[in-house]
Amino acid sequence: MKVEQISIFIENKSGRLAEVAGALGQAGINIRALSLADTSDFGILRLIVNDCEKAKQILKEKGFTVSKTEVVAIEVPDRPGGLSEILQALDSFGINVEYMYAFVERCGQNAVIIFRFDETEKAIECLVQEGFNVLQGERLYQM
Amino acid sequence: MYFNEEFETLPRQALEALQLKRLQGMLERVYANVPFYRETFAKQGISPADVKTLDDLRRFPFTLKQDMRDSYPYGLFASQMDDIVRIHASSGTTGKPTVVGYTRKDIATWSELMSRSFVAAGVHKGDIIHNAYGYGLFTGGLGAHYGAENLGASVIPMSGGNTKRQILIMKDFGSTVLTCTPSYSLYLAEAALEEGVDFKSLKLRVGIFGAEPWSESMRQEIEAKLNISAIDIYGLSEIMGPGVAIECQEAKCGLHIWEDHFIPEIINPDTGERLPEGEVGELVITTITKEGIPLLRYRTRDITSITYEPCRCGRTHARIARMSGRSDDMLIIRGVNVFPSQIESILMQIEGVEPHYLLIVDRKDNLDNLEVQVEVDELLFSDEVKHLQSIAATIEKRIKELLGISCKVRLVEPKTIMRSEGKAKRVIDNRAK
Repeated sequence: MKVEQISIFIENKSGRLAEVAGALGQAGINIRALSLADTSDFGILRLIVNDCEKAKQILKEKGFTVSKTEVVAIEVPDRPGGLSEILQALDSFGINVEYMYAFVERCGQNAVIIFRFDETEKAIECLVQEGFNVLQGERLYQM
Repeated sequence: MYFNEEFETLPRQALEALQLKRLQGMLERVYANVPFYRETFAKQGISPADVKTLDDLRRFPFTLKQDMRDSYPYGLFASQMDDIVRIHASSGTTGKPTVVGYTRKDIATWSELMSRSFVAAGVHKGDIIHNAYGYGLFTGGLGAHYGAENLGASVIPMSGGNTKRQILIMKDFGSTVLTCTPSYSLYLAEAALEEGVDFKSLKLRVGIFGAEPWSESMRQEIEAKLNISAIDIYGLSEIMGPGVAIECQEAKCGLHIWEDHFIPEIINPDTGERLPEGEVGELVITTITKEGIPLLRYRTRDITSITYEPCRCGRTHARIARMSGRSDDMLIIRGVNVFPSQIESILMQIEGVEPHYLLIVDRKDNLDNLEVQVEVDELLFSDEVKHLQSIAATIEKRIKELLGISCKVRLVEPKTIMRSEGKAKRVIDNRAK
């Protein structure tokens, strides 16, 4: 039920994002979702791609610091209140969200929200129990 | 004007005779009282009695900072602790400081040499000395303080920091002399401007600046901005503290080193060979009157040259040139001695790995700024911003605690820090020379 995400350390200097995207593009790797957390000095680029291992290897060869993180993807109906229901459920179980980001599926029916929790297993258990649609990694990579 | 005309203008021949007599006495004393020296003399097969001329000094071994560290804290003291009335220390490379002790006579000598230095700089009884050197284990504050009192001037024991208050007191108390690091004097000038205080309206006349290297162009800037005469002073705690050497106001060309108490030599730092007059090398000093911790041929690691040419001020003591650098990698940041290895060991303690790091020193608004760049490798990397930020903050905090200087830690991508063959380049010093 977990999804593999790669995180890349990026200094705040021009051209670095383009280099990541370029390297992945050349290797035929497709980016499914991304988010960028930034501070005044550096940023962390988080990506979900169709081939996590290969992407990691290519970026490491290019000299980037890369790590793999497990996140959880949840499908939410693309309507007002969709996100709120999930967050309330998580809150009631006392689960902390480290960070999250969202994207809308290509067909436009649903949104997918990527969560990073401090307790991944417990979060999945609670979300499944509450009837949310937790996506398999495979589905997301091929989406 | 002299503080001690007889000794400051002693003819060379008499000065050298006095040096020889004092050197012989000093060697006897350390041979009798310091096991370290007794052992090294034995190893080299020499004894104090072998010294018949000043030139014989070159047969004796050097004393290194490492030797002081190895005998931490009191191993090189030549006096009983009963006779030590003051202890100072400077930061060391391994976290342990270098310790020096002074007898009552040592304090008197230091006060006298500091008084001589004040007079050489154009300071006299009746002056109000605003002493902004740090008071404490650092020798700057108390060294200048005792010299000022001994001279009979009025000393304001300001110590460092609290710039607004410094300006207020300088203005209201009518300070005529300022003692601090050269970079802090410029910082004061700018801060004064912001407070609406014009240095030209102050009574300040002379500034005595030391504890960090500075340049001739910086002197011109200070003299223009503060409307004073700026004098370079040299000293180091191992030898005594401030007042080992000073420029005279008449020539402002080289620093007179008080040769009736110290014997200077210039050596090639790589071979240890003594260099002739005028050649640039490492300054080595032998203390010939010190009782607490006399040092034989102490390698200061400061790079300079020496001249014995007569000076127009009338002092007969040799002059050393402005310090032009170090023969080791020590940095002086806001007057604090910093070795890259100290920062390396802090990083290693935090991360448990040998990190790639680079120290970048700049001077912004006349204050030294230290940036520590640390490469983020996979062991250090976290997917979460707050973890990375807390690592940077922890390093900053540890450096502040251990070295007493604030710095900015910047996390950088791997391999962004230049690698060179053999020795890694750990320091970029952008401060104008």
